[in-house]
Amino acid sequence: MTTLPKTTQKKLGLVIDLDTCVGCHACVVSCKGWNTENYGAPLSDQDAYGADPSGTFLNRVHSYEVQPEVGPAQLIHFPKSCLHCDDAPCVTVCPTGASYKRQEDGIVLVNEDACIGCGLCAWACPYGAREMDQAAGVMKKCTLCVDRIYNENLPEVDRVPSCVRTCPSGARHFGDLGDENSEVSKLVLARAGIDLMPELGTKPINKYLPPRPKDVAPEFDILAPYLEPVAETQKGFLGWLDKALEKI
Amino acid sequence: MGFEEPRLNLSPKVSDEIRKTTCYMCACRCGINVHMKEGKVAYIEGNRDHPVNKGVLCAKGAAGIMQVNAPSRLRAPLKRVGPRGSGEFEEISWDEALQLAQDWLEPVHKKNPEKLAFFTGRDQSQSFTSFWAQGFGTPNYAAHGGFCSVNMAAGGIYTMGGAFWEFGQPDWDRTKLFMLFGVAEDHDSNPIKMGLGKLKERGAKVIGVNPIRTGYNAIADEWVGITPGTDGLFILSMVHLLLKAGRIDLNYLAQLTNAPALVDSTEGPNKGLLLRGEDGKLLVIDRKTGQPVVFDTKGIVPDLAATYQGHRTVFQHMAERYMSDEYAPENVAERCGIAAERIRAIAADLARVAFDESFELDQPWIDFRGNKHETMIGRPVSFHAMRGVSAHSNGFQTCRSLHLLQIILGTVEVPGGFRFKPPYPKPASAHPKPHCKVTPGAALDGPHLGYVQGPDDLCLKDDGSPARIDKAYTWENPMSAHGLMHMVISNAYAGDPYKIDVLFMYMANMSWNSSMNTGGVMKMLTDKNENGDYVIPKIIYSDAYSSEMVAYADLILPDTTYLERHDCISLLDRPICEADGAADSIRWPVVEPDRDVRGFQSVLVDLGARMGLKGFLNEDGSAKYKDYADYIVNHERRPGVGPLIGFRGEDGKEEGRGNPNPDQMQSYIDNGGFYEIHVPDGANYYKPWNVAYQDWAVKIGIYDAPQPYLFDLYSEPLRKFQLAAEGHGDRQPPEHLRERIKETLDPLPIWYAPFEDENVDTSEFDVHALTQRPMAMYHSWGTQNAWLRQIHGQNPLFVPTKIWQKNGFLEGDWARVTSVHGAIVVPVAHMAALNENTVWTWNAIGKRKGAWALDEKAPEATKGFLLNHLIHELMPEKGDGMRWANSDPVTGQAAWFDLRVKIEACEAPDECSPELPPIKSPVGQGPKDLEWKVGK
Repeated sequence: MTTLPKTTQKKLGLVIDLDTCVGCHACVVSCKGWNTENYGAPLSDQDAYGADPSGTFLNRVHSYEVQPEVGPAQLIHFPKSCLHCDDAPCVTVCPTGASYKRQEDGIVLVNEDACIGCGLCAWACPYGAREMDQAAGVMKKCTLCVDRIYNENLPEVDRVPSCVRTCPSGARHFGDLGDENSEVSKLVLARAGIDLMPELGTKPINKYLPPRPKDVAPEFDILAPYLEPVAETQKGFLGWLDKALEKI
Repeated sequence: MGFEEPRLNLSPKVSDEIRKTTCYMCACRCGINVHMKEGKVAYIEGNRDHPVNKGVLCAKGAAGIMQVNAPSRLRAPLKRVGPRGSGEFEEISWDEALQLAQDWLEPVHKKNPEKLAFFTGRDQSQSFTSFWAQGFGTPNYAAHGGFCSVNMAAGGIYTMGGAFWEFGQPDWDRTKLFMLFGVAEDHDSNPIKMGLGKLKERGAKVIGVNPIRTGYNAIADEWVGITPGTDGLFILSMVHLLLKAGRIDLNYLAQLTNAPALVDSTEGPNKGLLLRGEDGKLLVIDRKTGQPVVFDTKGIVPDLAATYQGHRTVFQHMAERYMSDEYAPENVAERCGIAAERIRAIAADLARVAFDESFELDQPWIDFRGNKHETMIGRPVSFHAMRGVSAHSNGFQTCRSLHLLQIILGTVEVPGGFRFKPPYPKPASAHPKPHCKVTPGAALDGPHLGYVQGPDDLCLKDDGSPARIDKAYTWENPMSAHGLMHMVISNAYAGDPYKIDVLFMYMANMSWNSSMNTGGVMKMLTDKNENGDYVIPKIIYSDAYSSEMVAYADLILPDTTYLERHDCISLLDRPICEADGAADSIRWPVVEPDRDVRGFQSVLVDLGARMGLKGFLNEDGSAKYKDYADYIVNHERRPGVGPLIGFRGEDGKEEGRGNPNPDQMQSYIDNGGFYEIHVPDGANYYKPWNVAYQDWAVKIGIYDAPQPYLFDLYSEPLRKFQLAAEGHGDRQPPEHLRERIKETLDPLPIWYAPFEDENVDTSEFDVHALTQRPMAMYHSWGTQNAWLRQIHGQNPLFVPTKIWQKNGFLEGDWARVTSVHGAIVVPVAHMAALNENTVWTWNAIGKRKGAWALDEKAPEATKGFLLNHLIHELMPEKGDGMRWANSDPVTGQAAWFDLRVKIEACEAPDECSPELPPIKSPVGQGPKDLEWKVGK
């Protein structure tokens, strides 16, 4: 069993805007690309060109249909990766200390050298955010691109997770959610950001911004004056036109 | 006891080198940073400096690494040794391959160039491939626009000198209401997503009009689940409401469009044409004097309400048509599947934002009449549309209807509205006309594709028969600006209008997802005549991958992947400009091919020189260009104007115009793979009429002289075809097409029901069937991609609640889907956010067994399917012996989305049907597992 730090100096995490995410999977593949080449073992693929392809991904996008009481059905795209919980059950369940939460910034990582591939952490994670790499036999998970965000070989502007850098619609934000003055904290406040399944008590750091209300047509009475006919007949319209042209 | 954290290297080396080039995982053409380790591609990310994507990159782009290492890559030239369609080939040398190609092509060039049909699919080098075809002398050249979105391009260019996507974009930074019609999720990939992100950040409103609520429509604030094929009716109903309420920009219409032009009312050959002055310029009535004057006279106030000697203005014709009750919301609501109140609410919202939220930019400008304006008026309403509206047989007129709506709101080329990207605006009249004059052993008389102005410009032989194999620019589809690639094989097989000798294609999967009637096309490609020869005698195909089409060719010229080649994304072609700048870019070999393959364009350069085609030899008979890179740098289309705008002139310091610079390619590489020239302040709005823009466009070589113009709400070229159909003029349409031309080539936008509705019993075939491409996969290319195929490996038919319940479907069920043409059996899935009479699926996920180096049991081949089997390239026979194309009657655009089907539950089979036998893979099958880490 591994202990969690009592506090962390920062609470680095993601803020994901469900009102803006179009479900394009850019973050999914960018993550696969960076993390195949970088931290730890590559994210492998089994039966890559075969009948039942599967592979390790640290971030996946799920799509859910929602049928509101009034109005048409909606489709919500929901990207999901490790939420870097403050009270991370995947850490405390780890028998070897491989799974840990960094005291400095709160990132939850797996030390692959110590990982025995027992899979307990994946069972403990209520979000399904960890995947066992079938080739390496070690547990893989979002590192928040710990090898990017402090990387002095990258220009400063690029020191963000690869999913954030690549997101075409700007639906993903990265920052310190422990700092109430950070841009991400302000965004969470302004848009009433939420925890995923808060009742579980895992205290996730990542936040989701809920979709704005949709299909709320303006009250027709308010807009009706905009379509008040200027005339009922063609002749009447020409009369209106003549007067309107004089005013130009 | 504290837990000791492992020590991490937080600053690992990212790569040895970054090579900047242009993506080709779709047609978006983003800039990419290719990170190299030990000479290999390690990681791909977006280029922050690039005008298209500004650093972001989609799933396809990031998966490019799995495209460069794909096991489906062709390895060497192939010669067919088994029967066509078997996939049996032998590898041959390039010498042998080029000799064979020359042996087949050279006699055709010398004796009968039209016997070559050269069509280039998803080609991004069309200005070059068309130049080669022109040198060859065949009239039979086009790329894939005819089966993609020519309605959008032609509708826009004939109406306002530009259309959506590469022609223009919403003013993302200023628009407050954005309306999106029928946009598949990949058009155009990153800029739309980036734009939507900007709108969301500002809280601007997005209205999505699409039968399917996925992707962009999923995040729309309002979703309008319209019935397919009725967008034009919905739009014209809003035009009806706005006109009737006078919520239109009268000043914009009077000054900048042909709304004040006078429509000739005299019976005879000029009826319906616009009155012109002595110099051929349009006449308008000046409200100040009541007298006719030419439209570009300084200081005039063109009168929209004028009647002159019985000739009324275009505007009065518009008012008469669109104020008619047939367009009242109550009369279109049921057909469109949109409540009348909803149509009113959206029209009112457009009016409110366009006029009440109007604003002015403190930016003086001078118009083409010489009038000075102190400010630029903004109307923050913008629109975008793509294949959903254009891939119907009423698509051209629907696109025109949408532009009509934009224009009456005064929201094109104004702040907050829709903005053109250089080299647009460019009216149809400034484009070349099509050319088709064939001379054995010589070049064609001019460019193949262009914009006709009337019957005189059609591509007809002296006997009136079609000059082109695809029947582009004929009475069947007079304004087919992109050709009709989807008709080439069908027509060549039928010998209608004539037989060909060589079919030469590039990047077009015609025996699979790029054809209608896929099974029929396979038969046409493999059928033999009474002599035992193939009906289509010789087929040459170039592709980088083992696509389904490879098996149907006799000679394969293997192309490189996009990271192994030179290319240019040129202003002479489909440019990558932004509204505030002209831009172009290159590709260069960031890795060298590890196979015996060559860039297709370089192979054409070689073949051009071998055959002595015009433009490919020096005066001394030596080859003019070493390869495509050499062509890119040294070719001049006009003196000083070449494929690339940057680093021109001997010293590389000129832009736009200038002599070739031998170091140009290296300068592009050093500059990140692209070049951008910014539109100067004061020139970036009102471009068609703004003297500052026009002068800048001339300076950088887009135009040779300023060419301001009015928007053609009323289209004279269309009226000229109608006049011919009414019996005027020497060039007359065949009798069977007269009525259709009169009805559909209306000079003012109209709506008519998609042709499929007339051809089938709509009570039996009561369901609309559509496809769209996912954001994470482009055409068939993605299916070989080890990462992307895990996202989209199979494609169910998505069924709306009403049809789901009616058939008693349960999860895991299958259905038989039948059209008037054929039937398929496919898995179904329930989707509520869908028009209640529409089913759909992802396009081009389904694969033929044996293709793309996939296992024959791959889900793409067993549970993936194509809707193409249900769509014929011809309409059902009418008993008149004619072959009627399933295409738009104006442009010839393939009417994919007219499709109607019926759905029945059926027993679950093991695999989708039709089940086709596997083809033999020329590249074997991919490896089992992947652990792709390049760096140590």
